[in-house]
Amino acid sequence: MRETFVDTATRLLDDDPRTAVVLADISAVAFEPAARRHPDRVLNMGIREQLMVGVAGGLALTGLRPIVHSYATFVVDRAYEQIKLDIGHQGVGAILVSVGASYDGSTAGRTHMSPGDVALFDTLDGWTVHVPGHAGEVAPLLIAAAEHDEPVYIRLSTHHNSAPRPATGLQTIKRGQRAVVVAVGPMLDTVLAATEGLDVTVAYTNTPRPFDVRGLRALGHHDVVMVEPYLAGTSSAVLAEALRDVPSRVLGLGVGRADLHRYGSPKDHARWHGLDAAGLRRSISEFVN
Amino acid sequence: MTVTTTTNRLDELLRRITGDEKHAPSAHSTLDVIWVLYDRVLQVAPDRVGDPDRDRFLLSKGHGPAAFYAVLAAKGFIPEDWLDDVAGPESRLGHHPDRLLVPGVEIGSGSLGHGLGLGVGTALGLRAQGLTTPRVYVLVGDAELDEGSNHEAIAYAGATGLDTITAVVIDNQSTTHGWPGGITSSSQIRATAELSPHVEAAWVRPWLGPFGFHGWSSATVDGRDHDAIERALKSHEPGRPHVVVAVVETKE
Repeated sequence: MRETFVDTATRLLDDDPRTAVVLADISAVAFEPAARRHPDRVLNMGIREQLMVGVAGGLALTGLRPIVHSYATFVVDRAYEQIKLDIGHQGVGAILVSVGASYDGSTAGRTHMSPGDVALFDTLDGWTVHVPGHAGEVAPLLIAAAEHDEPVYIRLSTHHNSAPRPATGLQTIKRGQRAVVVAVGPMLDTVLAATEGLDVTVAYTNTPRPFDVRGLRALGHHDVVMVEPYLAGTSSAVLAEALRDVPSRVLGLGVGRADLHRYGSPKDHARWHGLDAAGLRRSISEFVN
Repeated sequence: MTVTTTTNRLDELLRRITGDEKHAPSAHSTLDVIWVLYDRVLQVAPDRVGDPDRDRFLLSKGHGPAAFYAVLAAKGFIPEDWLDDVAGPESRLGHHPDRLLVPGVEIGSGSLGHGLGLGVGTALGLRAQGLTTPRVYVLVGDAELDEGSNHEAIAYAGATGLDTITAVVIDNQSTTHGWPGGITSSSQIRATAELSPHVEAAWVRPWLGPFGFHGWSSATVDGRDHDAIERALKSHEPGRPHVVVAVVETKE
């Protein structure tokens, strides 16, 4: 996904003089060819993430469309007040594109993990959040985001599904009776494996914000399992609001709050957080039975 | 040195905000600098607030904006009667300015340490669009420089020679721990023991530590002397960002 992002952003820089890429050393080498062609619109701040987001706000104030990129923990967690004030409060937008996601950088330890990023955007107004499940979804999402001025967060991961599903609404993958299991982004293939033989609907979205409430309600289920590759329960409030006029049950599965103080592979972390197929199957079976 | 007092008109507008007959205009540390900017330096006007080619003034130190509002009213950016109910429930003027509410206000500010980053981004955005005429002025306080975010912007602008930005530091000696060498003088550094030689060499210059360290050109002036302020604001040079330190009375 990261390579697709760099290629697409590079194409946008070539085609749309309104776009600018703002970096804090991460992926700077990959953007070097673009930087040679567009030295005024590929801007590497050095290791300065507060400045990176502040500069994006300034660029947007002059009418440009900034694309800001780093690890999720640096571009979101570290620069949260700049996102809130230098973008949101100024009434401008930007496209923030993260890598690293929850625990892609598991061997680097907790300092490089950001399971709470999407929850942080839920404290702010107006942000669209895309969590692509496949590299093939990245280009259309980024190109569409570059065409307007609203705030957009795109969360890239090394974890992905076998096939792209670029549409942004809630997509029904299979139908069942007992509940709907909503898989966000890269969780879909694992959710499909986990729910094999279970009588549940599986739906997919790469755009958890704004959540496709209408699409969810159209499915008719009042029991909902949300499987998110970030902090467990991030969408529970959104789902409760979406289903407020019907008796409903919601199970939020995702990354736990605890700092495990462990390295290992992303696969290990998925297992420890109950996000591998076996763990998901246990949680979902218990919920529907 | 010629100390020029601000016009009676500004005093009257300020009193309208503060409702305070006794407070001298000198209570407003930023008043003279902002007046000189709008009266003699900035290429901006009420009918040009959306002009891409206008100069930008970013009030980073958003607190105590009475002087800013008074100047905006005096220059016709906002109606004078807006000054009568600052921070009231229907007021467009608050104790920190909001760019979405006030014509001519370039950024909403208040939380310290945001203006220089936004200013650097604004300067870069103008340059990327070939707008080479406008200049970006960012007003910060000396105590505001405690915020680390400023230093990301100061270092980057210095290292890349971003020469369309001017920082204006209102120095009312209000920073709790001071800067080695003081923010404007080199005397204090002599009393600061155990600094490594290269740090002392950089900071001992007769102008601001952090800005000087990163290669900004600078001028230090009496923050009440309009002619000196104007000269300092116009003394930027090609190839490097510029800082003006306007020294005013020590904050009580």
